[in-house]
Amino acid sequence: MGVRTWFESWPVYRQLTGTDPLGRGAAAMSRRSAELAPRTEAADSMARSVCPYCAVGCGQRVYVKDGRVTQIEGDPDSPISRGRLCPKGAASKNLVTSRFRQTKVRYRRPYATEWEDLDLDTAMDMIADRVIAARAATWEDVDDEGRPLNRTLGFSGLGGATLDNEENYLIKKLFTALGAIQIENQARI
Amino acid sequence: MAECHPVGFQWAMAAKERGAKIFHVDPRFTRTSALASTYVPIRAGTDIAFLGGVINYILSNELDFREYVLAYTNAATIVSEDFRDTEDLDGLFSGYDPDTGVYDPVTWQYQGHEPQAAARDTVIERETASPLQHESHGPGVSWRVDRDETLRHPRCVYQILKRHFARYTPEVVEQACGIPREKFDEVCRAWTENSGRDRTTALVYSVGWTQHSVGAQYIRTGAIIQLLLGNIGRPGGGVLALRGHASIQGSTDIPTLFNLLPGYLPMPVAQLHPTYSDWVTSICHPKQKGFWHHAPAYCASLLKAYWGEAATPDNDFCYGYMPRLTGDHGIYKQVFDMIDGKIKGYFLMGQNPAVGSMNGRAQRLGMANLDWLVVRDLFEIESATWWKNSVEVETGEIVPTECRTEVFFIPAASHVEKEGTFTQTQRLLQWREKALDPPGDARSDLWFFYHLGRIVRQKLAGSTLPRDRAILDLAWDYPTHGPHDEPSADAVLREINGYDVKTGLTLRTFGQLRDDGSTVGGCWIYCGVYADGVNQAARRRPGGEQNYVAPEWGWAWPDNRRILYNRASADPQGRPWSERKAYVWWDGKKGCWDGYDQPDFEKTKPPSYRPGPDAEGVEAIAGDDPFIMLGDGKGWLYASSGLLDGPMPTHYEPPESLVRNPLYGQQANPVRKVYDRPENITHPSPPEPHVGVYPYVFTIARLTEHHTAGGMSRYVEHLAELQPEMFFEVSPELAAERGLTHLDWGHVVTARGVVEGRVLVTDRLTPLPVADRVVHQIWLPYHWGPNGWSRGDSANDLGGMVLDPNVLIQEGKCGTCDVRPGRRPQGRELVTYLNDYRRRAGILESHHTPIITTDTAAESYRQGRPDK
Amino acid sequence: MPENSLYGPLDPAPDAGYVDAPPRMGFFTDTSVCIGCKACEVACKEWNNVPEHGLDLLGMSYDNTGGLTANSWRHVAFIEQPVSRDRLADRGTGVGGQAGNQPPAFAGMPTTTVAAPESAVAAATTGKETGTEPGVVPGPEPAAAAPATTQFLGMPSSVLPGQLPGGERTDFRWLMMSNVCKHCTHAGCLDVCPTGALFRTEFGTVVVQEDICNGCGYCISGCPYGVIDQRKGDGRAWKCTLCYDRLRDDMMPACAKACPTESIQYGPLDELRERAAARLEHLHGIGETSARLYGNDPEDGVGGDGAFFLLLDEPEVYGLPPDPVVPTRDLPEMWRTAGKAALTMAAAVAVAFLGLGRRR
Repeated sequence: MGVRTWFESWPVYRQLTGTDPLGRGAAAMSRRSAELAPRTEAADSMARSVCPYCAVGCGQRVYVKDGRVTQIEGDPDSPISRGRLCPKGAASKNLVTSRFRQTKVRYRRPYATEWEDLDLDTAMDMIADRVIAARAATWEDVDDEGRPLNRTLGFSGLGGATLDNEENYLIKKLFTALGAIQIENQARI
Repeated sequence: MAECHPVGFQWAMAAKERGAKIFHVDPRFTRTSALASTYVPIRAGTDIAFLGGVINYILSNELDFREYVLAYTNAATIVSEDFRDTEDLDGLFSGYDPDTGVYDPVTWQYQGHEPQAAARDTVIERETASPLQHESHGPGVSWRVDRDETLRHPRCVYQILKRHFARYTPEVVEQACGIPREKFDEVCRAWTENSGRDRTTALVYSVGWTQHSVGAQYIRTGAIIQLLLGNIGRPGGGVLALRGHASIQGSTDIPTLFNLLPGYLPMPVAQLHPTYSDWVTSICHPKQKGFWHHAPAYCASLLKAYWGEAATPDNDFCYGYMPRLTGDHGIYKQVFDMIDGKIKGYFLMGQNPAVGSMNGRAQRLGMANLDWLVVRDLFEIESATWWKNSVEVETGEIVPTECRTEVFFIPAASHVEKEGTFTQTQRLLQWREKALDPPGDARSDLWFFYHLGRIVRQKLAGSTLPRDRAILDLAWDYPTHGPHDEPSADAVLREINGYDVKTGLTLRTFGQLRDDGSTVGGCWIYCGVYADGVNQAARRRPGGEQNYVAPEWGWAWPDNRRILYNRASADPQGRPWSERKAYVWWDGKKGCWDGYDQPDFEKTKPPSYRPGPDAEGVEAIAGDDPFIMLGDGKGWLYASSGLLDGPMPTHYEPPESLVRNPLYGQQANPVRKVYDRPENITHPSPPEPHVGVYPYVFTIARLTEHHTAGGMSRYVEHLAELQPEMFFEVSPELAAERGLTHLDWGHVVTARGVVEGRVLVTDRLTPLPVADRVVHQIWLPYHWGPNGWSRGDSANDLGGMVLDPNVLIQEGKCGTCDVRPGRRPQGRELVTYLNDYRRRAGILESHHTPIITTDTAAESYRQGRPDK
Repeated sequence: MPENSLYGPLDPAPDAGYVDAPPRMGFFTDTSVCIGCKACEVACKEWNNVPEHGLDLLGMSYDNTGGLTANSWRHVAFIEQPVSRDRLADRGTGVGGQAGNQPPAFAGMPTTTVAAPESAVAAATTGKETGTEPGVVPGPEPAAAAPATTQFLGMPSSVLPGQLPGGERTDFRWLMMSNVCKHCTHAGCLDVCPTGALFRTEFGTVVVQEDICNGCGYCISGCPYGVIDQRKGDGRAWKCTLCYDRLRDDMMPACAKACPTESIQYGPLDELRERAAARLEHLHGIGETSARLYGNDPEDGVGGDGAFFLLLDEPEVYGLPPDPVVPTRDLPEMWRTAGKAALTMAAAVAVAFLGLGRRR
């Protein structure tokens, strides 16, 4: 920056020579202020989503920059919400970027008093083994009168109602094929 | 509504600006009350008494919308001469069996239909919550009924209803509910004056209404009012459930529920459905009207979706693979089975029962007796950590070094890190685009269950055991993509929609599903969501660019209809009831139904159509039968079947109450489901002694600033700081009576648990004069637990599990309690404290309130079996 | 330099040197439709990356924010207000609480004196069912358990909720209001800022520039509303910017966009004032005679607010000053002479610098 440019950006100079003699407006605007723009403008992408809290189903726009969610706000196109959000919906960025989010698998061994680390693939393999074992140990072919049961009461599941339809569909399909009938949801609660 | 669905409430506010009156009925004055035209305080658990009073007001003043009622409801239908009402039997209907605790509904049937009900097994129906399976389809009722169009026949539904509700007078409403006479009158006047040809009134409830031992009947009472006033199937009318979770509607449509399959198809029951044909017949009900007639197509297409090529007409589409129910396998039964060591493993997907479910102690004790537990969540919720920091660890009931449960915490992807559909409260599916990949080990549930299934199938590959055929033959080939091999939600949605096996083309409507194995359809009511190969749920034509129904935003089941039964928005001849309320109408020139919404009727069936005498199913629906899913095509003022606790709603006190039922000798719902266990003690209620040990009523609900069990709000700073810790609300009168000081500590005690919090003394709660006493109500939010940024005791530790018999949902919204100043005892002293209360109440070991409190049970049994 | 630059009606953006300034933008917050959901508080924090204000249960009804601070740029006040019967008769409305024409919320409800004898009998059995069990914390004696009216309730009223003197339970309403920086026409904070950190934007709003502010804190005493505040550990002054960055791209401020019931309305101030006048007339028409506008009058002590309100009671009830005056009102007179001298000096310095610049 040349001295002249530097000097001309000096607020007092602008104040004295410009239209803002009291130096409270245009003359006082800093470089940062002059360049301010909403960060949504700089987003790499915007996804059209739906609020994950209650069942009103408000539209959300999710802005992402450099692999981080930088803003979530209402989708004005939605005829349900008209761009508005409640405090929970408005806190969605805070939810998905929360410093409290646990992003690593945690494992508690029987009788342990603390968590330990576990590799995701190993965890999946261990869970599959446990499903197979529980099923084998508790399988029921028929009832007392010889009527088919084809089932296990050895394990169960409880799903939240923020699961997607596609997720619920696969869960029910897999449980049913495994003969596991004890699957429940927040919808019962 | 303002409290828990603020953005939805903008529409109520918009209506208010245009002159609508809003009445808010709630035990506590909430943010909704603050904006309502009139707030009506009510004693928790007395909604049927209140709404029954409204029905009585309508019927005794003949203010019903007569033309609508005659044409579209079963008001004129004649009921069996053997039917006995609660009027005759002191609060019981005919047919009660004191041994099994359920009704034989033979005498409740329409005249001449009695034999239809003779074969029903209501014990199994209660155990399997079978009325829930009829959420969208009427149980079997033949459509040929005797009617009296003058409504004068003493046994026509209209007259029966009138007699049944005659005792629900304003005085009774005042006594039972604590609602002053003039307020009640105001509600009745406004509701009736604002209903009819030219006006409609909406009834909006939040799903706390379902959390009662008579929950289904609460909603029935509302539905009866709305039918009598002609407010169903019309714009501005309806009975609208404000559901509390993003896709809780979807979770029943495509259920992860033990007794349901997608599209409300019932899970097979071993005793009732040994064969495919038994199962299918039980759904399609030969001889009745309506679209359930096509159930064989829905069933076959679902089994084709499950077992693909293995499913053929010759092997009944692999029906033999289906696991069978034998009774109650619901979540509460499971919890006790866990405590008893019968269940080895437990998956939790975005669910926090340690805080969010009733009777938290039983939930945690159950989890402490598993072999393994898998928790999938965004945060380390209490259901993942009860083994180190729960109340039971404090009291020594759970000793970490002695607890064998192996716990896997698998982090979950958030709603922006995966794609898929939510179904919101209005049956509208909306597709979410994925914004970015989930962090670290976090994965979607789609990923988790797809890969779990894949690994299990790998491990079992080559097995020759018959039991493994179902999992090995399963159609489980979903395309995957991305760095984590994420399965395609789009492909799953296509399967849910259904397609033609030969061409692979997606189907447009459930009418295209076939029973011969030529179509796949994962959820028949969702058929059309992928019509024309287009993801209709992803449609986002701006609301401002279409009519107010906005049919091109997302997709609603069935067939993108936004108001169900909207044929009723036109008169029997197909003309709008009024220009102001025009919605769907018959266009004689075009020869089809037209309107702002997709008509919920066969497009070209004219209003004048009448079925032949032998017609069945869809063909039997007359041109003026709007209720196309019900067996007689009518809206039911009287439910001859489908509900286990009576054909008409009846006021029963909650299982825990301070007062004797002011209407009948029968105190509480005689068909309620009880688990009589030491972990699940119910307090004494009248007419039992010792009611005074727990002398107040508590009710539990949500705050705007938090979400359910707090798993999505206590860890979110911008929310948690707005309601930073556990508190409970009492009236100034109760504060004075109990020595509670604003902002000081206090605690609430039941036989199940003690919960402490700060006391908020507020005018928003008021003592209610009820019968011969004053009832004080305490309100608690249930958002807290020991984890998270903001922490506190869990209010759900106070509640017990007594269930509605129709749907097996718990009484969660009212119980009795004591309240004291100061903090609760800690550690072992907590157990001693609880036991002292129990001892004084005479319920130390175990207790549930007596099921029958009238001496008419034997008479009811006898009356219920006229021929025996 | 116009005479009235520090007092009286004025269009502040042109006055601050913006040629062809866009219309002055502002907020009209209509408290008669506020549902107290606090979406505004959260949306503001999410957009502006405002840190949490901390966990502190205040017991001021549902207000746990407490006020406008450096870490809370929107603040929803909750007022639980007993309403006397006389007052109700005057009101006759359906806004912000119970309609006066209709039975009041708690009419017919028992009062303390009615409640006590009957329920006390039931309650008294609590600690006394046997009276001999060991380990039971004895229940308070019902009659003695009422310390009654001495506790502080965080409410505007000094009596226990629900009771006017005389012990009768009254009617009740629950007022809610989302408060925010007023973006005054004559902004005390801006006028006293020695560093130029506070400035007037082309939209007529008042913004602290975080890259300039040095944390001197003069602005805090300059605000007649007590809005602007220094952040602990940071020292700089922070407050509502009316989402200056969003405005520059024609976007609505975050709070107004989120507000579910349009209690917070954003737009050209002239338009908002018209809208507010019509709303007030409507409310008066339906009998809400206590409705009033606050901060809309260009003749008031701050030359009118860029963010003004429709209230349902006296401003004091909401914690707002009834008659705010910009502290710099008398400055022109005081500084008329001193200013001239200062300007002459500054000009001399500037000329010296310019000369330097040219030589290089």
